[in-house]
Amino acid sequence: MAEMTHSHTGTVSADPSARFYQKHHHPENGTLLGFWLYLMSDCLIFACLFITYAVLGHNYAAGPSGADAFDLPTVALNTSLLLFSSITYGFAMLEMQRKQLSRVLVWLAITGLLGAGFISLELTEFAHLIHEGAGPQRSGFLTAFFSLVGTHGLHVTFGIVWLVTLMFQLKKHGLTPENVRRLTCLSMFWHFLDVVWIGVFTFVYLMGVL
Amino acid sequence: MSAHHSEHDHGHGHGDHGAHDSESHGTFKGYVTGFILSVILTAIPFWLVMGHVFSNHTTTALVIAGFAAVQIVVHMVYFLHMNGRMEGGWSLLALIFTGILLVIVLSGSIWVMYHLNNNMMHMPVKMEGMS
Repeated sequence: MAEMTHSHTGTVSADPSARFYQKHHHPENGTLLGFWLYLMSDCLIFACLFITYAVLGHNYAAGPSGADAFDLPTVALNTSLLLFSSITYGFAMLEMQRKQLSRVLVWLAITGLLGAGFISLELTEFAHLIHEGAGPQRSGFLTAFFSLVGTHGLHVTFGIVWLVTLMFQLKKHGLTPENVRRLTCLSMFWHFLDVVWIGVFTFVYLMGVL
Repeated sequence: MSAHHSEHDHGHGHGDHGAHDSESHGTFKGYVTGFILSVILTAIPFWLVMGHVFSNHTTTALVIAGFAAVQIVVHMVYFLHMNGRMEGGWSLLALIFTGILLVIVLSGSIWVMYHLNNNMMHMPVKMEGMS
């Protein structure tokens, strides 16, 4: 609002129709705010899982502790994959602003591959733990760990499905306002998952091996 | 508010509309700044834990929690482009509300469960004393 008043004070502030037009300048904003509210509710789901982990995180039931179960170099690699995918998605958004469809698709493909790398590493870690008898049923700690990290992984998986779907839509319809809106929503979703991962690697992995 | 905007417009050499777009979707400089900051803020906690820099575990835990908090803010600002003007301030308001809920639920649960655990642990000792 401040921007609107500022930019029009000199010229057309007397014209009421200009103000009316400005109000409907970005009709997609309703969706973006709604999507943000969804992300905030998703944040509360993750908060509940973090709390469960905080409460049950030391109930090892004579099973493996975090120091036994976690392999920090793998986690560091995973974290860097997700961090790189965040900036490649950012580059896709910048190319979207410049209306460079093919470059948007390239950056989205790179983002998707990085996300897929993250998921495959995580699944390898899960498979390794389950193979060693440290599955989610082993102890309260492992139940909380698998629910929290698994839920995050599921979110990333659905993010990749969304990303691939969006790539097909972009190929078919180009950078229409609808697709720009969808790209912006997925951008928020993707970066939000990265924010959740900061909590996961700090409170679960790093503090787990202390 | 308006002074900040005119500065922003001049700094990026955009018109009014361009400035609005770059605010909602970010700039190259913004993404790269955010990325470099995140890499630093990720690398230091991993180094602190993997290199056993502090002998005291509580110190390490507090320091890496601090780094996580800063990194979350960095991601919010540079990647999610959170600011007071987005959606007329409603996004920020929703974020703050979620943050308050999060703090209440998190600290409340940990507090309650900690005391519950403590009381549970005292039980067998009490029983022994009675018999």
